[in-house]
Amino acid sequence: MGKISLEVNGRKVEKEAPDNTLLSTFLREHLQLTGTHIGCDTSQCGACVVHVDGNSLKSCTALAADVNGSKVKTIEGLETNGKMHPMQEAFKKLHGLQCGFCTPGMVMSAVDLLQKNKKPSDAEIRDWLEGNICRCTGYQNIVAAVKEAATKM
Amino acid sequence: MASLVGSRVERKEDKRFLTGKGRYTADINLANQTYAIFVRSPHARASIKKLNIDKALKSSGVVSILTGKEIADDKIGGLIAGWAIRSEDGTEMKCPGNPPLAKDNVNFVGDPVAVVIAESLAEAKEAAEKVQVDYKVLKAVTSTADAMNGDTIHEGIDKNLCFDWLLGDRQKVKEAFDKADKVISIDIINNRLIPNAMEPRACVADYNAASEEITLYTTSQNPHLSRLIMSAFGNVAPEHKLRVVAPDVGGGFGSKINVYNEDIVCSWAAKKINRAIKWVAERSESFLTDIHGRDHVTHAELAVTKDGKFLGFKNETIANLGAYARVFGTVTPTYLFGPCATGVYEIPAAYTNVKAVYTNTAPVDAYRGAGRPEATYTIERLVEKASMELGIDKTELRIKNFPTAFPFKQTLVHTVDSGDYVAGMEKAKQMADYKGFEARRKESEAKGKLRGIGVTSYFEACGIAPSAAVMSLGCGVGLWESAEVRFNPTGQVTVYTGSHSHGQSHQTTFAQIAADELGVPIENIDIVHGDTDKGTFGMGTYGSRSLAVGGIAIVNACKKIVEKGKRVTAKMLEANPEDVEFKDGEFIVSKSNKKKTIGEVAFACYLPGVRDEMKSPLPEGDEPGLKETSFYDPSNFSFPAGTHIAEVEIDPETGHVKLEKYTACDDFGRIINPMVVEGQVHGGLAQGIGQALYENAEYDETGQLMTGSYMDYTMPRADNFPEFNIGYTCTHATTNPLGVKGCGEAGAIAAPPTVMNAVIDALGGQEVTMPATAEKVWKACKNLKKSNAKAA
Repeated sequence: MGKISLEVNGRKVEKEAPDNTLLSTFLREHLQLTGTHIGCDTSQCGACVVHVDGNSLKSCTALAADVNGSKVKTIEGLETNGKMHPMQEAFKKLHGLQCGFCTPGMVMSAVDLLQKNKKPSDAEIRDWLEGNICRCTGYQNIVAAVKEAATKM
Repeated sequence: MASLVGSRVERKEDKRFLTGKGRYTADINLANQTYAIFVRSPHARASIKKLNIDKALKSSGVVSILTGKEIADDKIGGLIAGWAIRSEDGTEMKCPGNPPLAKDNVNFVGDPVAVVIAESLAEAKEAAEKVQVDYKVLKAVTSTADAMNGDTIHEGIDKNLCFDWLLGDRQKVKEAFDKADKVISIDIINNRLIPNAMEPRACVADYNAASEEITLYTTSQNPHLSRLIMSAFGNVAPEHKLRVVAPDVGGGFGSKINVYNEDIVCSWAAKKINRAIKWVAERSESFLTDIHGRDHVTHAELAVTKDGKFLGFKNETIANLGAYARVFGTVTPTYLFGPCATGVYEIPAAYTNVKAVYTNTAPVDAYRGAGRPEATYTIERLVEKASMELGIDKTELRIKNFPTAFPFKQTLVHTVDSGDYVAGMEKAKQMADYKGFEARRKESEAKGKLRGIGVTSYFEACGIAPSAAVMSLGCGVGLWESAEVRFNPTGQVTVYTGSHSHGQSHQTTFAQIAADELGVPIENIDIVHGDTDKGTFGMGTYGSRSLAVGGIAIVNACKKIVEKGKRVTAKMLEANPEDVEFKDGEFIVSKSNKKKTIGEVAFACYLPGVRDEMKSPLPEGDEPGLKETSFYDPSNFSFPAGTHIAEVEIDPETGHVKLEKYTACDDFGRIINPMVVEGQVHGGLAQGIGQALYENAEYDETGQLMTGSYMDYTMPRADNFPEFNIGYTCTHATTNPLGVKGCGEAGAIAAPPTVMNAVIDALGGQEVTMPATAEKVWKACKNLKKSNAKAA
């Protein structure tokens, strides 16, 4: 057991957790932030993507202890004063989600793309999202949503 | 008031999914819950000699360990096949028992033999490692084609044959073939797939000892059906003591129709230990134990005249059922397959013969399209081959054999109420610039690339109902759907549906329908589903049935509300009910200025008292309240259809297939929400293209799943697809009042043959099996070079 201290969605948290606790598990089971989803066991699906110190990360690839002291942002922290982020708005407007399971990881990943590339091409969007699997949408409306968000951010 | 049906209404469900407020089964934690881990067979086929739990029981935190013995002692029933299929010789299908925990024999890798329940997940995992199972490993049967020659898997089931089914007339077909100028034949494999909904299966079972009620939260497409099966066949609890809740469900695609071992075991065990139990599949468990799809080996023949008229069709298929026959396992390769195998064509004589075999692999059941993708792949690959061999343009050959009039009495079972296949073909060709293909082929050639074009025209029977038909074909239940429409006294509406949305957008599209019917703003309408304690009953969501069956139940319940509203308005305004008209949320007495809004009428229905001047608004015989129910059972299936065209470019140096263009022109009847329909088409296409180019479930000869993770099973990613070009033609279904047909499965049905026809066209007609991986295509390119060199 060890103490994990993080700033999660702007709030300081401190919890004891077993040393082998993944960041994804820590968020879901210790902080009850269940918006971060677990879709696989090989770090392939991307449903668990969050931001750690501003960069996207599959939260199943890091131990909570590895990111001790970091600032973490999850899907629950993306709104500002109850207003959805332009990426969330764009996903809604352009039907970039169906069952919603891959959505949190997809949105967090896409937000990071626009941080790094303000006007990505279709090919750059598709390439960036290669680590996020969606089984519902065929990706087309996700790509459209990211492009739409790029015009709003 | 503008109609909402037909509008791109943004989804009511999206905000919760986009802000992390969705509530999936794995998000649910109950007070004092325990955690379950299943001990699973590592062997494909073995008998259990000894199972020792002594050491595991002493492991830290263990609450209970239950095995096949206890579940048998408690007479908990096993998993069942929902459709009874008869063989050609009249004998009933042969199904083995499928206990929720295996006691004597295991029949596929992942077959559960025990459940370990502990205070924490880590402790359950640790204890599960200590369960000792002594297996006698037996020779596994894994090949679909050779299953009938393998060792007998289930005692008493000779040749591992569940049934040998025939649809059609062999003699008539023989006569048709005798008259043919040419016979086109093909041998194809419909590759095995794993549905891979992104949310792994999960369940949380709770027991209340005081009320003796079990509550099961589970990842299901059909909670009422699950309750029925668990109660009637599983003997878990009577229906009124079993509540099944399917909350937000992260995709299904057929894989969450089934009641699974874990649902039954956790429900039963929760009562036994009198505590809640949570189980969440790891992805590797999902790969092993979710139902798989497709897995057919087919030989088919088409008899044609020299000018391209189809005379007869033969289809000999071996379908792999996996280790056990499950809910839709036996109907998928029969009545969902055979009737559609003659496609959109007038073929005077046809038969489909299916031998369904058991193997030591995961059970195979309904996966998006279920039977219809296999049917479409068979006929459309055959027709494309016929066009090559006859030298007739692939679109002209199809048009030549399309039905010219509707209703179209299809060769084997269905009477297709409506459609216009020629219009669909012409529009698809225009959208795809079919005429410009040869120029594009030359451009590719100039770059040293091979370009091919492929076409598919399909129809499907969906809107899975009607009870009279499905029960006559062997279905164990009726497949109607129910809806209940409930007004609050203050005018908002709750609609309960027996359909289930796990991505399909019912919360929005069903509200659009109710808003139009009732004239109530959409924000005042809530759609409720997924809980057996709410709503009447429901058969769930699969077979593109939610709208064409469940949606109509909503329409009918709304119409009953309006009828009552007219009677109440007449009483309130002292008019004849026949003189009251309903439009845009208002009841108007004709030829007068007297009217009541539906909100006023709803309020009045809840205030039936009499005091001083106030009189009851309720006519004699009408009860208070405003709530109506409908059970809708359609008279026929619905029949979406369309033409898809794909273009691929192959790099002969690497064998890489690039999907350059994909055009889909579908007829789904009336469209409720174009945005949602586009999403359904895109998703279906991605899965269908995935089957053609990427996905494949593979077992080795010992029955180990070689593709048991996302490292091994190629899931299509964003960079695998071009932008899809989609469009529609529209003929309204004549068999339901909305004119709707269904759109959820079309992409997965049409895309595999469309893409493969394009690949094979690029390869000069050489057969390649799905998925058309770079390795296979590269080898075919080598052959092409050799044959070209010879010809030169």
